[in-house]
Amino acid sequence: MDTRFQDRDPAAKGRVLKACLLLAILWPTFDVAQFNVALAMTPGNFEVFTNFLSQFFPPSFQPDFLKMVLKATLETLAMATAGIALAMAIAIPLSLIITHSLSISRLGPASGHRAAQLARYLARMAILLMRGIPEIVWALLLVRVFGLGPISGVLAIAVTYGGMLAKVYSEILETENTRAARALLMLGSGRTAAFLYGLLPGASQELASYTVYRWECAVRASVVMGFVGAGGLGQLMDQSMKMLNGGEVSAILMVFLALVFLADSISLVIRRQLA
Amino acid sequence: MAFSLDRVSFSHALEQEGLKNINVRAAPGESIAIIGSSGSGKTTLLHLIATSLRPSSGDLKVMNCDPWRVSKSQLQALRSRIGFVHQSVSIPPRQRVITAVLSGRLGQWSFWKSLLSLIYPVDIKGPQMCLQELELSDRLFDRCEHLSGGQLQRVGVARVLYQKPDLLLADEPVSAMDPVLSDLTIRSLIEQARLTGACVVASLHAVDVALRWFPRIVGLKNGEVFFDLPSAQVSEALLRELYVSELGILPQQLQTLSG
Amino acid sequence: MTKAVSRDFCLKCILTFLLILSLVVASFVVVSFNPLALFTLEALGDMALYIARFFPPDLSVEFLLKVSTGLVQTFAISAVATLLAALMSLFLAVPAAGQMGQGVKVLTRFFLNFLRSVPELVWAVLMVLAVGLGPFAGTLALALHTAGVLGRLFGEALENHDPSAHLALRLAGASKAQALLYGTLPILGSRLLSYTLYRWEMNIRMATILGFVGAGGLGQILYYELSLLHEQQASTVIMAMVVLVVGVDMLSNQLRREQMHSMG
Repeated sequence: MDTRFQDRDPAAKGRVLKACLLLAILWPTFDVAQFNVALAMTPGNFEVFTNFLSQFFPPSFQPDFLKMVLKATLETLAMATAGIALAMAIAIPLSLIITHSLSISRLGPASGHRAAQLARYLARMAILLMRGIPEIVWALLLVRVFGLGPISGVLAIAVTYGGMLAKVYSEILETENTRAARALLMLGSGRTAAFLYGLLPGASQELASYTVYRWECAVRASVVMGFVGAGGLGQLMDQSMKMLNGGEVSAILMVFLALVFLADSISLVIRRQLA
Repeated sequence: MAFSLDRVSFSHALEQEGLKNINVRAAPGESIAIIGSSGSGKTTLLHLIATSLRPSSGDLKVMNCDPWRVSKSQLQALRSRIGFVHQSVSIPPRQRVITAVLSGRLGQWSFWKSLLSLIYPVDIKGPQMCLQELELSDRLFDRCEHLSGGQLQRVGVARVLYQKPDLLLADEPVSAMDPVLSDLTIRSLIEQARLTGACVVASLHAVDVALRWFPRIVGLKNGEVFFDLPSAQVSEALLRELYVSELGILPQQLQTLSG
Repeated sequence: MTKAVSRDFCLKCILTFLLILSLVVASFVVVSFNPLALFTLEALGDMALYIARFFPPDLSVEFLLKVSTGLVQTFAISAVATLLAALMSLFLAVPAAGQMGQGVKVLTRFFLNFLRSVPELVWAVLMVLAVGLGPFAGTLALALHTAGVLGRLFGEALENHDPSAHLALRLAGASKAQALLYGTLPILGSRLLSYTLYRWEMNIRMATILGFVGAGGLGQILYYELSLLHEQQASTVIMAMVVLVVGVDMLSNQLRREQMHSMG
């Protein structure tokens, strides 16, 4: 029969310590974020808030405005498509450089060994930089070079998504079964041929699927980049907000949601077709 | 009156065993064992009394109250007086034993008390004593995922003991235990019931355990009450008829019982 | 694997390819962008000149101090926003999982979808309008968007988990709230926590750029410096952004690897 009697919870000390630590970190964090809970809760602010919301209704459906919205929507779609096309143009060669499964040096010593390694290293660094800087930062910088308008957005997408696509393309290619390609290399065919006939066919579906998914993300990103001057729906919304025209803002918002839904659906259909 | 079933039938989902025309009454303080082969309806009967299943027809009363005709809060209060030991214990794996046992009294605690208990257990002695009876008190602060099947079952029993219900229901409470532990567990259940004047109903597949501990035996066969007798009157012949399957095969247990 | 064999003789494939190609060309036309124009000597020269203006980055002590404050602020915005969103989602998960009726579920899901679909930056612009410039707007914006994401994830986790522990407690007389605390939360807790941490990681990235529209943190500093044509200061801020994002990436990869080891 057990006669040991415990009267205190052994886990309590650790718990209290953790709670104190958490509080000690949270308090200044809320302060730095200037999160004023009181501000959010005072009753007067509720009225201010409802007034704020009422600005957005009813959404504006004037024909002139709608024409601009349509134009901006097409511009956004074009930005995303052109951006992804350029991104692919950048990503394909980059991913080829960093894909191991094609390096002849793995099959045996070769003279170009060092150069290939250097090229691979540089490519990796470039990709990290392209991906690491958010597309909107690129957009902001490019607007300073190329001025306001969708060109900056296209290039921003091209650079950022080029990096993302390159990384994922190479991952897909590296995990693809390399037997066919290696066999071709051993028979003496060149790298390109080994790639086109040995590796690409198997990986093509996954590559295409990911690219379509990225196109869908690019549509969203294009709208967001408009806020820094890269054209499209985003720039239109920014202008309407600066003019404090709530009705226009809500109309654009609805169009945006519909556009995202459309892009989502198209992407889903295409990817299902590919499978 | 602890509970009463009058012409109660139950048939519902495909997996649930059906019951036909059940008539059983129990007074407070009684100890009843339900026996029968698998699929005979033991679990369903217990769940009907526990108010977790609703009868398809007939009158069911638990502690002088028709559970399906009262308000939600009254049903909740009724349920807090019913303790149920489940066949397969479902306790969150990462929960500690002490919290699991304490959760037996949630029905009697306010929300704030239960919240407070998560931060620091409001009662340590109580669960410890319940676990001590089942020789598990050294695992008080361990997480349930570190316990064996039999130990978990005992935690489930300890939870019900801590709840101190007026009606104690147990569905195969000792199925994962060896004979020694199984005796210990049944004894604690019956002791507790005796102390608080509660009515105990346990479904068991070990007939010898049932006959040894419970003064009243209800035998179920194919969803109907086959017999409802004091244990002294339960003859071998009756048991044989209860358990014989369609192919006329007797379970091993009964063969050893008979000699 | 008949794909490799019947390569290009599929008419549907060729037509689809041509369609996509024409759409791409059309896109370039709509945007009035000729990519080849980038590669003229003049354009390249301009770009090189512009890039040169970013070097050397301003590493003076006072500016580094300013940037570190911005970094801490960005971090704080992401932390507070994620925490608030997680708390809101705990409450929103109950109706979203259908525990308060089908009608409420549909409404809640619709609301969460709305919160989620509006990009963080758009929320930031709206919040700046509502509460003024500064990190408060950024925190609110990020919290709203993240609540949409986490609310849906929490709701799905709640809906799909094994309810037997919860039901056993209700059978013993516990109220729904008590059963959630003792029967559901211990089971779902670690999964919900991992969703939240993952989202926090993404929010750190987001918080760095919300400042572009005035919502505080590194983004606001970057926008400010660029508008004043202080490219050298801007490059310091960009470096800080990259360090933050890459650092968080590496830290979380390390933590994830350790967690895998400890579980195995």
